[in-house]
Amino acid sequence: MARAISILYALAIYGFIFLPVAVLVLFSFQGTLFPIPPFNGPSLRWYQAVLNDARLTDGLVNSIFVAVLSSALATLLGFLSAWGFARFTLPASALLRGFLTLPLTVSYLIIGMGLLIFFNWLGLPKSLAAAGIGHVVINLPLCFAIIYSQMGEHQANIERAARDLGAREWQVLTLVTAPMLWPALFAGFFLSMTFSWDEFVIAFLLTRFETTLPVEIWNLLRAGLNPKTNAVGALVFGISILLAIVFELVAFRKRPQ
Amino acid sequence: MTDLVSIEHITQRFGASLALDDVSLAIQPGSYTVLLGPSGSGKTTLLSILGGFLQPSAGRVLIDGADCTTLAPAKRPTATVFQDYALFPHMSVGGNVAFGLRMQGVAKDARVAKARDMLRIVGLDQAFDKKPHQLSGGQRQRVALARALVVEPAVLLLDEPLGALDLKLRRQMQDELKAIQKRVGTAFVHVTHDQEEAMALADHVVVMNHGRIEDEGAPERVYGRPATRFSATFMGESTILDGRVGADGRVATALGIFDLAGGNAGQMVHVAIRPEHVQIGPGIAATVKDVVYQGSFKRVAAAPAQAPEVALLARLPAYAAVAEGSAISLQIDPAQVILLAD
Repeated sequence: MARAISILYALAIYGFIFLPVAVLVLFSFQGTLFPIPPFNGPSLRWYQAVLNDARLTDGLVNSIFVAVLSSALATLLGFLSAWGFARFTLPASALLRGFLTLPLTVSYLIIGMGLLIFFNWLGLPKSLAAAGIGHVVINLPLCFAIIYSQMGEHQANIERAARDLGAREWQVLTLVTAPMLWPALFAGFFLSMTFSWDEFVIAFLLTRFETTLPVEIWNLLRAGLNPKTNAVGALVFGISILLAIVFELVAFRKRPQ
Repeated sequence: MTDLVSIEHITQRFGASLALDDVSLAIQPGSYTVLLGPSGSGKTTLLSILGGFLQPSAGRVLIDGADCTTLAPAKRPTATVFQDYALFPHMSVGGNVAFGLRMQGVAKDARVAKARDMLRIVGLDQAFDKKPHQLSGGQRQRVALARALVVEPAVLLLDEPLGALDLKLRRQMQDELKAIQKRVGTAFVHVTHDQEEAMALADHVVVMNHGRIEDEGAPERVYGRPATRFSATFMGESTILDGRVGADGRVATALGIFDLAGGNAGQMVHVAIRPEHVQIGPGIAATVKDVVYQGSFKRVAAAPAQAPEVALLARLPAYAAVAEGSAISLQIDPAQVILLAD
């Protein structure tokens, strides 16, 4: 009895989380003009419509471009700052670390608004680059936290050994520190990718003509619901799942010591 | 013979505490020097200063006559074997050993050949393509040794290199270390708190305590004739007795008068007696307080009737019939009693 209830409870929870997505994916295969029951597919016509829509495919390419570059930059900066905090005695180190991770707790809306005002003041136009900088701002703290947590005293000794054998500082970083930390670097990179990939608010505020896929979907939604929005939503969801799987594989894989 | 390394008046402060207090030491080419002391004695600090990982508060380090005090680790002719080995986990054993040569810009073929040669010397040539995590503790130790030796340092520094190994492996690696040192002829400076290890390896043992050198010299001399009370108790066990130098220059103690040179009349001194120089025989009546059976011998602590506050340590044969509480008669070899300096 108790077992039946717990199974039911688990089903209810997963249903609550995944039913909307399941419905979205299901009706992306709708054969007719409206994403409402009855379901009369499956049909790939709306996926074809998505791929024939230059604005959506451009948005897709822009999103990938912004996600890859901003994540790479966030990972690089996160790595360097983690290294700095882990290997050097800095004044007010804990306070500075706190400030570095603070953006994690600030809403994307506030960060987006702040950047919008700041870029305006600088005279920097709205662009994909501006959105990319925004994504670095939100993902840098994350990369920093992941990488910093993996930097221990044992690795400091290994870096010391490299220096003792004649490695210069940049050689220590590229030949020893980064390769030793690659699981953390990959995890940071892929997590940043997933966040950048479906981030809407900052991209919406900071781009104008060329924009990312979530913003294009928003534009599409304003014209009303049709199975095309479902199809593009299913695509976005699928890619997010893919990134999440890669992240899990890298971050939680058992490693030999 | 000129000194290979000359440590001159090194002082190291960490905040208010004094880790090294005016330490001077000379290291000869091709020698095996062991820095021996308890934790906090400053031995590891001294090694870090030699390796360039620490800048001393005062004093100089000369290697081959050149002042290296402020030189970075990479720039000085030393290489270090770290306590936790600090192997590069993402590189193969061969990559690890060849790393120093790669940093010197040695061409790939040449450095692979040299790395193989060095791995052969430490007996690990078949492990060239393995990763460090596939090796046992003793094998990793040898990789660390090969990695440091391949750059042909003038001095090899070893920071408690055997500390992480179990006792049997430690004794075995000890013999190998000595053999490798003889083969390559490099001067080794080895830090340990294990006095047996120190005696087995060293040509020159340096006993340290509270940031100072208590005693240094050949292990036979330091064990047989320790200079200070600390080195007499740290380097093996001793019974320490208070004594007074009489007008005739002989030293009077609670366990008899000993003919020892070096004291001034009227001076209060300490003498040390090694347990192996105390045997069953006529002389001192005592009560056995403690017996520890050690396999090849029995370690006995006895309270002499004439001075019951003294715990006289004796190393008696394993077959000796002694039991706690029994009466015993002991004899001290007067020729082996040591007068301590402090």
